[in-house]
Amino acid sequence: MTILAEMRNIKKSFGDVIANRDVSFELRAGEIHALLGENGAGKSTLMNMLSGIYQPDSGSILIHEKPVTIRSPKEAIKLGIGMIHQHYKLVEKFTALENILMGQESSFFLRKKELIQKVEKLARNYHIAADLNKSIYTMSIGEKQSVDILKVLYQGAKILIMDEPTAVLTPQEIQSLFQVMRNMAAEGCGIVIITHKLNEVMEISDRVTVLQKGSTVKTLITAETNQKELTDLMVGKATDLQIERPKTQLGKVVLKVEHLEAINKDKAKVLKDISFELREGEVLGVAGVAGSGQKELCEALAGLYPVSGGQITFHGESLIGKSPAEIINAGMTMSFVPEDRLGMGLVGSMDMIDNYLLKAHHKQKGLFLKRKPLEKVCENMIKALDIQTPDVHYPISKLSGGNIQKVLIGREIETEPQVLITAYAVRGLDVGSAHTIYELINEQKQKGVAILFIGEDLDVIMELCDRIMVLYDGEVKGIVNGETAVKEEIGLLMGGGKLYA
Amino acid sequence: MLRLVKRGHVSKRERILIYFLSVLAALVTSGLFVLLMGHSPWQVFQSMILGAFGSRLRFQDTMIIAVPLIITSVGIMIAFKMKFWNIGGEGQILIGALFASYFALNFSDWPRPVLLLVMLLAGFAGGALVALIPAVLKVKLQTNETIVTLMLNYIAFHLVTYLQYGPWRDPNSKGFPKIANFSANALLPKVFGLHMGWIIMLILVVAITILLRYTKIGYKIAVVGESKDTARYAGMNLNRIIISSVAVSGGICGMVGMIEAAGVNYTLTPSLTGGYGFLAIITTWLSGLNPVAIIPVSVLFAALTKGGNFIQTAFQIPQSAASVIQSIILFFVIGAEFFIQYRIVGKEKG
Repeated sequence: MTILAEMRNIKKSFGDVIANRDVSFELRAGEIHALLGENGAGKSTLMNMLSGIYQPDSGSILIHEKPVTIRSPKEAIKLGIGMIHQHYKLVEKFTALENILMGQESSFFLRKKELIQKVEKLARNYHIAADLNKSIYTMSIGEKQSVDILKVLYQGAKILIMDEPTAVLTPQEIQSLFQVMRNMAAEGCGIVIITHKLNEVMEISDRVTVLQKGSTVKTLITAETNQKELTDLMVGKATDLQIERPKTQLGKVVLKVEHLEAINKDKAKVLKDISFELREGEVLGVAGVAGSGQKELCEALAGLYPVSGGQITFHGESLIGKSPAEIINAGMTMSFVPEDRLGMGLVGSMDMIDNYLLKAHHKQKGLFLKRKPLEKVCENMIKALDIQTPDVHYPISKLSGGNIQKVLIGREIETEPQVLITAYAVRGLDVGSAHTIYELINEQKQKGVAILFIGEDLDVIMELCDRIMVLYDGEVKGIVNGETAVKEEIGLLMGGGKLYA
Repeated sequence: MLRLVKRGHVSKRERILIYFLSVLAALVTSGLFVLLMGHSPWQVFQSMILGAFGSRLRFQDTMIIAVPLIITSVGIMIAFKMKFWNIGGEGQILIGALFASYFALNFSDWPRPVLLLVMLLAGFAGGALVALIPAVLKVKLQTNETIVTLMLNYIAFHLVTYLQYGPWRDPNSKGFPKIANFSANALLPKVFGLHMGWIIMLILVVAITILLRYTKIGYKIAVVGESKDTARYAGMNLNRIIISSVAVSGGICGMVGMIEAAGVNYTLTPSLTGGYGFLAIITTWLSGLNPVAIIPVSVLFAALTKGGNFIQTAFQIPQSAASVIQSIILFFVIGAEFFIQYRIVGKEKG
């Protein structure tokens, strides 16, 4: 089989951080090759070098078995390399066709008809469903992705790199994406899919290369391996993949949301008639594709987002119109772990103590801050949660993602909340760190804390949560029991469908 | 081919080495310039230093520039910590001076300590009021504070000019457009031969250092500066923090106006700011927003100005040439900041 691209002994560092220590990688024509690794393993860095965004410090890249230097994405496209990024590079106001044709070298007169036929033919060949005359801003995320893929194919890409393409899609959309990928492989393209989801690797890929801490561990044939082996290679030790769902005694209703409504800056409704109850000792999962109102719901509950209607009650007392400071001062112990850790939950340049103070400074009396007693508290937190840091005075932003999240959740748990809201608590974390976070959540649940768990990985939500609420376009589409839930049903709800039962 | 690579952690030693090299490069470059003019670089640099620190009187002259520069820098720094780009120091100094002058001119019969204290507080109030305008506009209407503070400089300048030519013109000045000199009662006393503004300066530097490092208010300012979302999330009252600390920032600049009017000019003139409001932006930035570092940086700046003036008379070097030397040195020192963040590497053939 022909080798489309080869990367040999690639090394790349950013300042003191070594992203790729010694990576070798090979892509053949007609294969779907998964690039698997924990966050920070160096997957995206490696592929950004293939697509011309970065240049390696040392090592060589061969395209069609010829050594090349790729200095820019433009040069990469000339070599037939296209990358689909997590954030699609499309102009919202333009139609799909305009986006696809944009920036293309063409003769002085646009031979539009010919070009349209060419794009349509491409779409037909690969079975990509896309309405070429539709404007991007009216499209769903899945449709946008199709347009981006068409664009890269139209530019003549034979090597297609996809950076976590499934993160924002519904299960149904993922299936049609996989079909498109299979069609492309059948036409002789080489496809790299960057992911950390094992089930996807097993389902779609022909071969898989595992990276760990910036080095290639192994390249395996997917059919000859299993999830357990891949995890062990990825983490570097044997692991237990099971997420527990401990049984607890359900207590009183702590948080009650009735007919909650909110509008955004453009006066569009982002929350529509949301009602649910949250009881002591339960984990209520929230599923939905990104941007279905999860962020707004969390922030509205925490008093950070203006509410236009409805009621939120905490132990029977209304929270509407209260600022975060008033909620804290009223003794309502509600903790919110926001999705944007360093942009909202923590201050990256500050150390653990100053970050702990974000919440604790309200309780300190007088003009001056008392940092000394907090040193002990933070040191205990480091021990209890096994946080990897040189000391309590080390800037948070220099810690790894998992440790940053432990600091954030640790601080919130320290306040002994009655309600814990977590938004994408394990996003970007490796398998090991993610499991520590699940254990922390379960521990709190067993203590009788009411937990709202906003997640993105449906498998995790179904294993961890007692009940699952599905959001679609700011609406609650349904609340199902976690133990009896069926993945396809939830997928249907996430796509805006209805259950007929 | 050469390319730039961002540095990771920079140790203190590397930082000092880079600054040292940049000063060396500055001296060599400006030395060449001096040589071109037919003077000995060694002698010129030597007399620059002597001109700034050579005698007690020269040192005092240097400090007369350094004191207002330090106070203005400390004031501006509070706003900069919140990423509120206050470049209205000039206007805040002038309006502070205007408020202080009102008391100096109309209540000169008050006992001296009372009058001076009232003038200082008035200076603070004047600067704070000017700074409140961009702060409130930013909080309520999301206006750009850079533009608003900059434009207010012109308003302040022309307001004082108007007073000078109009209502506040001294009737005894024989038609000369000038505001009356302050009476002796309204002048800052001298301590060790220098107006006591330097004592105010030391108190302010210590107070602001403590405020920023050890108090809740300083902590809140730092959090707001790092991320407004985090501040809201932590339950801080964002608007109140921004408005009050920008007012303090302007107020401190306003105190500079009082010190310059009562300690140096002995009257109110539109030119009493001496460009400190703008110069302080550079010194604040070079000091890395560290109140203690502001003192040496500002003294060096003052010495550069004073030394530059001195070589004009000592070597008959034209003023513009002296400015070229000053600017070359400044250029290299500020340029060093770039090399602390990046390093240049040659690209190996791949």
